[in-house]
Amino acid sequence: MDKFNTLTGIAAPMPLINVDTDMIIPKQFLKTIKRSGLGVNLFDEMRYDDDGKEIPDFVLNKDAYREAEILVAGDNFGCGSSREHAPWAIKDFGIRCVIAPSFADIFYNNCFKNGILPIALPQEQVDLLMKDAEKGSNARMTIDLDAQTVTSSDGEVFSFDLDPFKKHCLMNGLDDIGLTMEKAASIDSFEATAAQARPWV
Amino acid sequence: MSPKTLYDKIWDAHVAHEADDGTCLLYIDRHLVHEVTSPQAFEGLRMTGRKVRAPEKTIAVPDHNVPTTPGREDPSNMTEDSAIQVAALDTNAKDFGIHYYPVSDVRQGIVHIVGPEQGWTLPGMTVVCGDSHTATHGAFGALAHGIGTSEVEHVLATQTLIQKKSKNMKVEITGKLRPGVTAKDITLSVIGATGTAGGTGYVIEYCGEAIRDLSMEGRMTVCNMAIEGGARAGLIAPDEKTFEYCKGRPHAPKGAQWEAAMDWWKTLYSDDDAAWDEVITLKGEDIAPVVTWGTSPEDVLPITAAVPAADDFEGGKVGAAQRSLDYMGLTPGTPLSDVEIDTVFIGSCTNGRIEDLRAAAAILKGKKKKDGLRAMVVPGSGLVRAQAEEEGLADIFKDAGFEWRLAGCSMCLAMNPDQLQPGERCAATSNRNFEGRQGRGGRTHLMSPAMAAAAAITGKLTDVRELM
Repeated sequence: MDKFNTLTGIAAPMPLINVDTDMIIPKQFLKTIKRSGLGVNLFDEMRYDDDGKEIPDFVLNKDAYREAEILVAGDNFGCGSSREHAPWAIKDFGIRCVIAPSFADIFYNNCFKNGILPIALPQEQVDLLMKDAEKGSNARMTIDLDAQTVTSSDGEVFSFDLDPFKKHCLMNGLDDIGLTMEKAASIDSFEATAAQARPWV
Repeated sequence: MSPKTLYDKIWDAHVAHEADDGTCLLYIDRHLVHEVTSPQAFEGLRMTGRKVRAPEKTIAVPDHNVPTTPGREDPSNMTEDSAIQVAALDTNAKDFGIHYYPVSDVRQGIVHIVGPEQGWTLPGMTVVCGDSHTATHGAFGALAHGIGTSEVEHVLATQTLIQKKSKNMKVEITGKLRPGVTAKDITLSVIGATGTAGGTGYVIEYCGEAIRDLSMEGRMTVCNMAIEGGARAGLIAPDEKTFEYCKGRPHAPKGAQWEAAMDWWKTLYSDDDAAWDEVITLKGEDIAPVVTWGTSPEDVLPITAAVPAADDFEGGKVGAAQRSLDYMGLTPGTPLSDVEIDTVFIGSCTNGRIEDLRAAAAILKGKKKKDGLRAMVVPGSGLVRAQAEEEGLADIFKDAGFEWRLAGCSMCLAMNPDQLQPGERCAATSNRNFEGRQGRGGRTHLMSPAMAAAAAITGKLTDVRELM
């Protein structure tokens, strides 16, 4: 997995609450058996019309935001389905960080498995960053994962909370499965005890 | 011993390893797999030379993109990309030696209906699946939740998940439900009260007289939509109804093992003085038959209400409500019972079980759907379908003008040929009314099976109590 350390880039504003995973990547694109190539269909139904032409008003179709690496969005981002195609599409587009007042549980976890940093900040701070993002491509935000800060284009600094284990894995690009397999003895021992206690499982 | 909630008890019985910071390896008893969220996980195993650690605890069934019309065993009757995903599941199930119900098997169906039906889901278990509606299995007093594909791979390889414990929320539904009010109305009303993010960070336990009074099918409907309220999982303490449902199922324990299991299962309840981080109480008598009007499951109103205006809301919801009204093509102030529909969909992991079909058939018996309306019933599994045929329900649906389909997820998420056209308006018993969920531009109103049946007769959103 890609390591995440610092990121300075364009932030795209998406002031919508309850952005669901069907919006992020509609179901017709879930039929792939690969993880890559979904970026072109990110936000497909908001981004393209019935003929497949770009809808000019959609934020990622505006020249200022085509190279966005950060997304600033409303409350409860990523609600709905467990599809990991949502973070895969976000990553494939080039976005490495999403900032919102809150995230849906499964989406939040899925981000960390794919080198994406979801940052939850209070509504007032997201509102300020949303305004900053609306300034366009000259206004770049900086994310410092080690320091756990977001710096706006004006130099205003916001601190965010993060689970230390998730931070460690993201900063070092660690593979969860490899880490867990180092604890195989604990799993073996649990399995043996559970087989005695609950043999019907 | 300190008092515990049901969630605490199941959690404590499954921690295989705990790090100093509280990060746990939670052991997984049952891993359900379907064709859409698993191919990349199996590919990951192949690339790293890893095996499935516990194939005997892993169960696969194709459901999301299989057609629900006859002839689907022949891959040429599927779209090419669907056929590739189903073929990949066939191959993966065989190569890794996991339990499998192919399309041709009468036991095939929606993964969350097959699991309980076959006795894979039992009280006190941890159950995961690469699908958010895994919460369904919580109805058995199991800790069950959806996971992403990376986590699917993690569970395949290690039979554990890296987890931190959630908080405890109690949702109590007191008293009795009024006639015409069902499990679907309970679960939608709870989401209406808490919002779609109200449960974020929590595991919900549903309790109270109205929950106790529900059948296992009804309890599955309630828990199914816990995720729509943002919760990691929803569960209900097992009782005699639960044990009766499980007894004799193909993969339920038998004989002395059944007795041993019962001894433990009977300890699975929240202690009287257990601590709750949040408590929500609704009166059963206050719950009405409800429908959704917007594009979020929290957009719930009694069928007797009118379409709201964006200004009725606050904060970010004002813009969201306006967007919903535009998308849904609704005018504020219109009585919901005046809203005309052109499609009815009865099915899904929320409402595709035998009791749901009975409830819809009871309204439809001897009646016809409105002319010009498209209506379909998609049983949740091949066995539900067979039982409904035996009980004469299939004939009632067919006589009423409904299409009688084969089992699958169907129009709930429209990854298969069952889709809405742009602008079409559907009375649906499924779980999500998101933009484009049932097909690009399609408009979804969520409701109970009885309400959907009533809508089929009148061609409008309808208060089922007027037809009872």
